Order: sequence, then C-alpha cells, then structure tokens
Amino acid sequence: MPRINSASELEELRKGILSKRDPDKPCIAICAGMGCLGLSNGRVISAFEKEINKKDLKTKVDIRTTGCHGYCEKGPMAVIYPEEICYVEVTPKDVPEIVSQTVLGKKVIDRLIYADPDTGEKAVHQAEIPFYKNQMRHLIGNNAKIDPRSIDDYLAVGGYSALSKSLLKMSPEEILEEIKKAELRGRGGGGFPAGRKWETARNAPGKEKYVIVNGHEGELGAFMDRAILSGNPHSVLEGLIIGAYAIGSHQGFIYTRHDTPQLKNNIDMALAQAEEYGLLGENILGSGFDFHVEVHLDIGIFVSGESSALMKSIEGNSPEPRPKYIRTSVSGIWGKPSALNNVETWANVPLIIDKGSEWYTSTGTERSKGTKLVSLSGNIVNTGVAEVPFGTTVREIVSGIGGGIPNGKKIKAVHFGGPMGGSIPENLLDTPLDFDELARLGAPIGAGSILVLDEDTSMVDIIRYFLDFLSNESCGKCVPCREGIRQMLRILTNICDGKGREGDIELLEEISEVTGAASLCALGKTAADPLLSTLRYFRDEYEANIAKMKRCAEKREL
Amino acid sequence: MSKHKKTSEIIIQIDGKEVKTAEGMTVLEAAQSADIFIPTLCHHEKLEPYGACRICTVEAEVRGWTKFVAACLYPVEQDLVVRTRSEKVDKIRKMILEFLLAHAPYSPQLQDLAQEYGADQDSFEKESSFCILCGLCVRYCAEVKKKNAVGFVDCGARREIRFIPEISAKECHSCKECFPLCPTSFLQAAFVLTESLAFLRDSSPTALKK
Repeated sequence: MPRINSASELEELRKGILSKRDPDKPCIAICAGMGCLGLSNGRVISAFEKEINKKDLKTKVDIRTTGCHGYCEKGPMAVIYPEEICYVEVTPKDVPEIVSQTVLGKKVIDRLIYADPDTGEKAVHQAEIPFYKNQMRHLIGNNAKIDPRSIDDYLAVGGYSALSKSLLKMSPEEILEEIKKAELRGRGGGGFPAGRKWETARNAPGKEKYVIVNGHEGELGAFMDRAILSGNPHSVLEGLIIGAYAIGSHQGFIYTRHDTPQLKNNIDMALAQAEEYGLLGENILGSGFDFHVEVHLDIGIFVSGESSALMKSIEGNSPEPRPKYIRTSVSGIWGKPSALNNVETWANVPLIIDKGSEWYTSTGTERSKGTKLVSLSGNIVNTGVAEVPFGTTVREIVSGIGGGIPNGKKIKAVHFGGPMGGSIPENLLDTPLDFDELARLGAPIGAGSILVLDEDTSMVDIIRYFLDFLSNESCGKCVPCREGIRQMLRILTNICDGKGREGDIELLEEISEVTGAASLCALGKTAADPLLSTLRYFRDEYEANIAKMKRCAEKREL
Repeated sequence: MSKHKKTSEIIIQIDGKEVKTAEGMTVLEAAQSADIFIPTLCHHEKLEPYGACRICTVEAEVRGWTKFVAACLYPVEQDLVVRTRSEKVDKIRKMILEFLLAHAPYSPQLQDLAQEYGADQDSFEKESSFCILCGLCVRYCAEVKKKNAVGFVDCGARREIRFIPEISAKECHSCKECFPLCPTSFLQAAFVLTESLAFLRDSSPTALKK
C-alpha cells in the first residue's frame, strides 16, 4: 500500500481505485451485519463463492460482504449490482438461481424480491421497499456499498476527503466553529452539544488530551451503533481524527464490546489500513498532525458505557462511575481532558465537514439537526436499523418504516431509551422525533432504541424487567442506586405476583425521588425514569394490578 | 485527601454562615472547618473521598441553580450556597438509612443517625447481609496498607466484600486495622469465614499445626 502524503496524492489514489472499477461489472453485495450473521448469512456467502468458482466467474463477478443494510427482519439480504436488484431472506439454495438468472441473465427472480405483506406490491430495488422509502440514509447508506474490511471501498465513496479538507485546509478553530454551527448534539443519550464539549476539552489546561469513541452500546434494544462501527468503521475513525485535530489530541480510544468479535476485527483492520495509507499515525497526510488510536474492550456490564466509568475502565480500573462535578472534558482519563462522543456522533463529523453546516442544519427540527439512527424492535413488523431526519413523527417510524404491529394487534406504547428511558402512549405517536420534545414527554430519545409494545403488554412487567436488568448492571457502589433499585424491583415484583399493596405506588414514587436526586451517576439518577413515565401514562394499570392482585400472576403462569 | 492549594480564598455560605475556604477543598471539609456537622458513613480522613453512601448529601446552590451533591466530593466554588439540612435533604438521608437498616439493623452508627432523621428500621423488608458496602475496609487496605487483602466482588445488587484468601492468609493476622473501621459486625465475620474455609493450614497461626 502506498503512503499518502498530500491531498493530491489522496485524490490520485482515489482516482486509481475508481479507474480499476468497472461500474457495469456485476457485483453481489451480501449483508454481513450482525443481524444477518445470526441468520446464517455465512452459508449464503460461501454458497455464492462456491457458485462463482464453479461457473468460473471469478474475474467477471465481484462478491462483496458488506455491513448491515438495516432491514434485519428480511435478512440475509443480497443486492445485485449494477441493476441494484434487491433480494430478501436469501438462502443457500437460492444462490445458483440468482447467479444464473440475475447476475448472468439480468432477470429478476420474482419470488425473492420484497412483497408488501398487506398489498402484495413488489419492490425490485431497496429504495422502493416501504422500510427504506422514507428514510434519509446519510450515515448508514454507504453500508451496502462498502466491505468494511476494505479501505479502498471507503475511499471509492469519497472517504477521507473530509479529513484531507480538515487537516490541510482548515484550522482547528474553523472545524470547531463548523461543528458548533451544525448544532451537532451527542447521539449517545444526553444530546449535549458536541461542539461545546470539544471546545471545553480544547480550552482545558494541559498538553495531553484524549478523544474517545463510546461504542459500548449497552442500551437494551439498541443496535444501530454496531451497524455503523462494524459496517463502516472508517466513517467513525475519520470523524474521530478530525475531532482530535480540532481539540488538540494525539491519542484516541475506541471503547467497544468484548462480546462481539466482528466489531473488534473490523475496527482493528480499519486502523491498520488507515495507518498504512498514512491516514492515521505520524504526520497524517503530510499535515504534521500525529494521532494514534487504541481499541479497548468493555468488561461487560451496562454501566461501563457511562462516560466516567468507561474512562476508569480504559485506565485499567473497574468501571465505577465518578461524580462529574468536574466534567470529563476537563478531567477524564488519568485526569486529562477527554472528549467522549458516541459512535453515531463521530460518524456525523465527516459529513458536516464535507458538506458544510448549512447543508447539515437544513435537515431536522429547530433544536435537533440532521438525521438519527434508530433501532426498531419489539412488537413491530419490521425489526431493523433505520435512519430518519429529526422531526419524523414516531407514528411514521413505527407504522411507515416499521410496518406497524404484527398479528392484527393494536399498539399500546412506544418505549425509548431502554432501561433508563421512557414510554409514550398511542395518543402521543404524532410527536416528532426530537431530543427536547420527547424529553418533555418523559421519554427521552436515549441512544435511539425504539421498543414497540402492543396491547397485550403489561407495562408493569416491562418496568419490572428493566429494573431487574439495572439491578444487575449498576456498579453497586452508591446506596441510592443499588438499594433504591433493589427496593423498587421488589415492590414491582410483588405487584406482578399479585401481592401488591395499597401505598406501593406512593412508595415507588418516594424511592424514585431519592434515587433520582442522590445517586452518584446518570444510571442511578435515571433508573426510575421508565417507572415514572409509565406512572404518568399508565398509572391505572398499576392501580388495577394492585387492586386485582392476581391478573399479572396468572399471565405469568401461562 | 484533597490537596489544598492556598492560592485563592473562596468564601462560601453554609447554612447561612459565611465560611472561608480554599480552592480544592470539599464542602465537607469546609463545613468541618466551621464546626458544621454533616453526617458521613463511608468517609474517612485517611482515605480518598468515595461518595458511595450519599448520607452526606446536601443542597448546593450555584448561580440560582440548586442540586443535591455529595458534600465529601463536591469542590467549593465562589458564591456557593450550601444547605446541610432541608426537607429534601432530610428525606434523602432518612431513606438511605432505611435502605441500610434493612441490611444491618444493629449497627450503632446507623441507629444513632436513624434517631436523628426519624428513620424506621422496619421500612423495608430485612435482608440481613450485615454489610453496608461503605468500602472502608477495602479502601483502607488498598490505600493505606497497600495490600488489597479485601476487595469488592460482583456488581449491582450482588456486590459484596470478600477477603482474598491468598493475600489475607499472609497479611491479615498481623494487621486487622480495618476491623475497628467497620460500622457493622460483618467484617470480622467475613474474615473468620474466609479463614475457616480457605486459608492454607500452615500459613495461619490460629489453625492447628501438624
């Protein structure tokens, strides 16, 4: 691999890559995201490889194993270029037919394309499928065009041009200004302005500073960050390097899951390839800017994803949060200024630099700009990862993209933000996706997991489940969190077992007030949020459960 | 222990009283210097502030914004107004005590505080683990003795302290300095249990020798 030392060398390299690629050459792009991995896409991929070998087509047809296409419900998915014919739920036995009929014969195989379950209407291309129709796929759109293990694929879609622009044409202050003007808000849950966080880290005293990708993604029902980080790792890395340059950091960390080997493998490979090209390491692109990245794996509890706990973990200590009376952007890893953003936030950065803040802010709502990745799960027809502009209504996401509720059931609630989030009832589904609007309703957007609940769901049981999760996943250090969750869980379990008592709801409210005010970190402070949001909208259900005492217990016995 | 830089004097208000403090001091240290009492359970002057028990929670008002903070950790700053007792502060402390009394109802320290804050030891169902996880033993052993003979294991509701047999068999008999720090009767019990179950025979002076 050649080392690139200037902007023109990068463009030459890009030209070289593109000139070697024939846009008319057939290519089979198979989703190798984690959802499809679970659906045995490995067998589909090897069937394609065998078939191509058997037919002696190796030089005539490319096979590309790509990142997640998002439509997990219909995986494994294969897109046949150049016609971009999209096949869903592909099995190994479909492979010979796809190769002979579509790749060679240029014919569409009717039974393998998407058919609307209600209308029967067929869709040949991805963009025509209702799941994709109303999305705005700025971040995840390239996944289908890229083999995450090939930096050339990323360069072919314009990758690292934002880095080149940043390092060679812009000052750190100009980048900071652009990010601030883009009003980029942190996608990990808090929605804190990224530009302000970067500025704090930049202005904090000290020479050594760190930038961190939070790729822990422990939120229940959240699986969009891993789709980006494993499917297009260079986009996150590019954002990180730009951020490091703006902040004045020369060392970055990517913190991600130990239980998902694909993440580490793809990140490691991306780092190695970027380094070989001179896009990472010493004197990046001949700019004089040095930057190194280390990958760190989590130790497996939910609280590891809390920023101060994550930083402790990187230091080699157990992941116990510390109070953030002094912000981590001032005193983070080893007491040094550390700017932490989540995967999706970093992935937005190259886009903003490339296309400008004005372009970026033209999408979204007044105070939530750009797009948001959401992961849909629960009682929904289309499970998967979708990307929508802020401002899209929850109803559109659930009914349009998500395809509504299966089995003819009615929707009861939509839960955001996992175990520290909140639910909104059916009558509020026209609320736009927006950091502040949803927070006002007691259901902050969190990292973007959307759990859809149908009419058969017991809200009390759901909340009990979340608290059960948190009771095992908090660090256990501070009393209000550890003991508050323990007691709330006990009361809810009693209610579900038909042993609820008069006064339980009031006691739950009292406990939640104390854990909310006195806990050490955000986990404890927001542990009762799902409970409070359901007491706000479904209080009668709690009351009925206590009054009837037994309904829930019977349900569980079934 | 916080390093007091005597560079700049910071005047704060605690319970209506003006208190002269210095940069780097915590609210707890400031209060102690002015003879204002804030209860603590996991705090020890020889150890780094820990902020786990939250019994030292106070109301801190900065620029019109009120929040509840752990006095043992919260750094003083200009124009800070602290209220060590308020309806909400007392409510928080009462519930924290009730949480802990469910585990260790006979701790004299907890009982004293329970009286002050009207905490009912039968508020929550008893779960007699006896340990309140203040971590005084763990931190004393790590920070002062630098032995790590006792540590936390597991997380969340399953968190507990354990003596590490291999280390404590060698170190603990001649030390036991953590015993008087324990606010409950649990620490010695945990030690004896470890000793009887897991110590190597010939390394323990109390065990029968061949």
